[in-house]
Amino acid sequence: MKKKEHLISMTVENKFGVLARVAGLFSARGFNIDSLSVAETEDTGVSHMNITVKGDEKILEQIIKQLNKLIDIIKVQDLTSYDCLERELILVRLSAVNRANIMKIVEIFGSQVVDVGQKSVVIELIGDSHKIEMTLKLLRPFGIKEIIRTGKVGIRKEGEK
Amino acid sequence: MTGAEIVVEALKKEKVEVIFGILGGVLLPLFDVLYKKEIKFILTRHEQAAAHMADGYARATGKVGVCLATSGPGATNLVTGIATAYMDSIPIVAITGQVATPLIGNDAFQEADTTGITRPITKYNYLVKDVKDLARTIKEAFYLASSGRPGPVLIDLPKDVQMKETKYHYPEAINMRTYRPTLSGHPLQIEKAAALIENSKRPVIYAGGGVILSGASSQLRKLAEITNIPVTMTLLGLGGFPGEHSLSLGMLGMHGTRYANYAVMESDLIIAIGARFDDRVTGKIETFAPNAKIIHIDIDPSAISKNVKVDVPIVGDARNILEELIKKVKPLSLEGWHKKINGWKMKYPVTYKKDDDKLRPQYVIEQIYQLTKGEAIITTEVGQNQMWAAQFYKCSKPRTFLTSGGLGTMGYGFPAAIGAQLGCPGKIIFDIAGDGSFQMNIQELTTAVLNHIPVKIAVLNNGCLGMVRQWQELFYGKRYSYTSLGEGPDFVKVAEAFGARGIRVNKKSEVKKAIEEAIAEKKLPTVIDFHVEPGENVFPMVPAGAGLNQMIGGLA
Repeated sequence: MKKKEHLISMTVENKFGVLARVAGLFSARGFNIDSLSVAETEDTGVSHMNITVKGDEKILEQIIKQLNKLIDIIKVQDLTSYDCLERELILVRLSAVNRANIMKIVEIFGSQVVDVGQKSVVIELIGDSHKIEMTLKLLRPFGIKEIIRTGKVGIRKEGEK
Repeated sequence: MTGAEIVVEALKKEKVEVIFGILGGVLLPLFDVLYKKEIKFILTRHEQAAAHMADGYARATGKVGVCLATSGPGATNLVTGIATAYMDSIPIVAITGQVATPLIGNDAFQEADTTGITRPITKYNYLVKDVKDLARTIKEAFYLASSGRPGPVLIDLPKDVQMKETKYHYPEAINMRTYRPTLSGHPLQIEKAAALIENSKRPVIYAGGGVILSGASSQLRKLAEITNIPVTMTLLGLGGFPGEHSLSLGMLGMHGTRYANYAVMESDLIIAIGARFDDRVTGKIETFAPNAKIIHIDIDPSAISKNVKVDVPIVGDARNILEELIKKVKPLSLEGWHKKINGWKMKYPVTYKKDDDKLRPQYVIEQIYQLTKGEAIITTEVGQNQMWAAQFYKCSKPRTFLTSGGLGTMGYGFPAAIGAQLGCPGKIIFDIAGDGSFQMNIQELTTAVLNHIPVKIAVLNNGCLGMVRQWQELFYGKRYSYTSLGEGPDFVKVAEAFGARGIRVNKKSEVKKAIEEAIAEKKLPTVIDFHVEPGENVFPMVPAGAGLNQMIGGLA
């Protein structure tokens, strides 16, 4: 069975134990969470979670039903089935040997150099997965020393029901 | 008011009549308040039994059962009982002591991460860190346990929170923004269901535990009687529809009746009510009821289309939905269908070998059925005793057949019987037990003796773990690996040592007298040790992985 990536977006009560409940539903069915981000919303009592997972569609449908059933969950959406904006922020540390060329690529993709040191530079990249993968592909030859990713977040576009 | 006083006040407010459990160091403040005896407390001999007692009390009465255990080992001992209640959607509130908040996470004496351990087996759980949250937490716990799809809720209560003082205010109502169970069914879906029913030729009602939990038995009976649709029940649905009713097909599934399974497989419409298409019910899922459309009434949206594809889902409370559905259905002419089913009933009755003097377990249950006129509350252990009880004790009323269906917990029946007796003092209660499962909570004989709880334990003693032995006989070449229990204890002596009554029965001719004696006993628990024919198997049977109509055995 083909395993498609899903971006699941949730609003949840902002209290201890909620993340464990959510994670437990995935782990109990042998699903690996590929990325996860959690933060407060404009209402401090409510948090937002974004989770990306790959897995059997039928089991995922069941997980989403179970997520809806959790007492602390306010709303669950599988953004994959909507027209939505997706973004991820990543920080990449590169070897500083070829600084000029790095700068050029960074400029083309509208990214930023956020730290410059003797041996390395740190670049901040923001974009959808396509843009991030393209940029990383071009940066790889310069020697990536470290990558830190936030995981995907998503928001639905206006006018979509 | 202190936290401990708040707990007791709140429990009184929830009309809790009885609490089952064992105390410990971190519960001393709470037990100092319970010392006033404003609420009855039953001191058990093991916490697992306390959870099963709360569960049995809840199943028999429809109220929320309450159990209490100390931190660490007390809490972990509750786990099996909580998981049992969770699998069968039984409303219990478990309160556990916890080490004082500054010590949490320090590997303190008798510390366990109770909320972490019980998270996947509770509907919800709480760790109360501030005494100000305590009253609201208890209110929420009872509400969550008993509403929607019921289930166990646990409150973990640190020692210092029990001692801290705050102003007591018990909320009258609660409004949780994230929890609003759907109670009434969608009218359009009910219309669709009525239309499917009207056009069906071979319909079957498949009723589960949800019928009992929602109190929908009389509505179910009306629906069946108006439409003439036959009714089959799951293990947990037994008692939801009278077992002796002419429309009853008895239980379906792995050890169901042949006629129930054949009817389901040949049906063109299945009306599932408060049931979840469990693997023990459907057999091989790919071949399940190939020509049937499915209407599924359930309060839990995640139960719908989980195992089988449903044509008309109706989410809501079964009683509400059936009330509406009854108004929209008409009598159906199902003569052909009934003729076919009656043919199966004649040809394949649920039976066993009766024409000799051997003491067979099925005979014992038939006798209990007759001598209690079908009006006892039956609890069961798990395994052969459970299946025979389901086949031969034809419960007529809801909340009279208490069994661990989902988790299949051996050791459930005896403590559940004690809990049920405390909820229903006048009732005759029989635990249909095996010698294996009875030994798993046999220590509670003390609890029953000291509290004058006259439950009756019918031990179908075959000297082995019978159901597993049956599988070894049929599917593992009769290699009886560790299913023999050997020369077990003398249950009569054991009973007497505990101060209970013990009766031994070796012959078929002694059965009736022993059961009558047990029924007449109004004060002490009675253990009847029936030395039944070893090697007797439960038939008919759907082998694992086979289709529901590929049953073996049990032919007259």
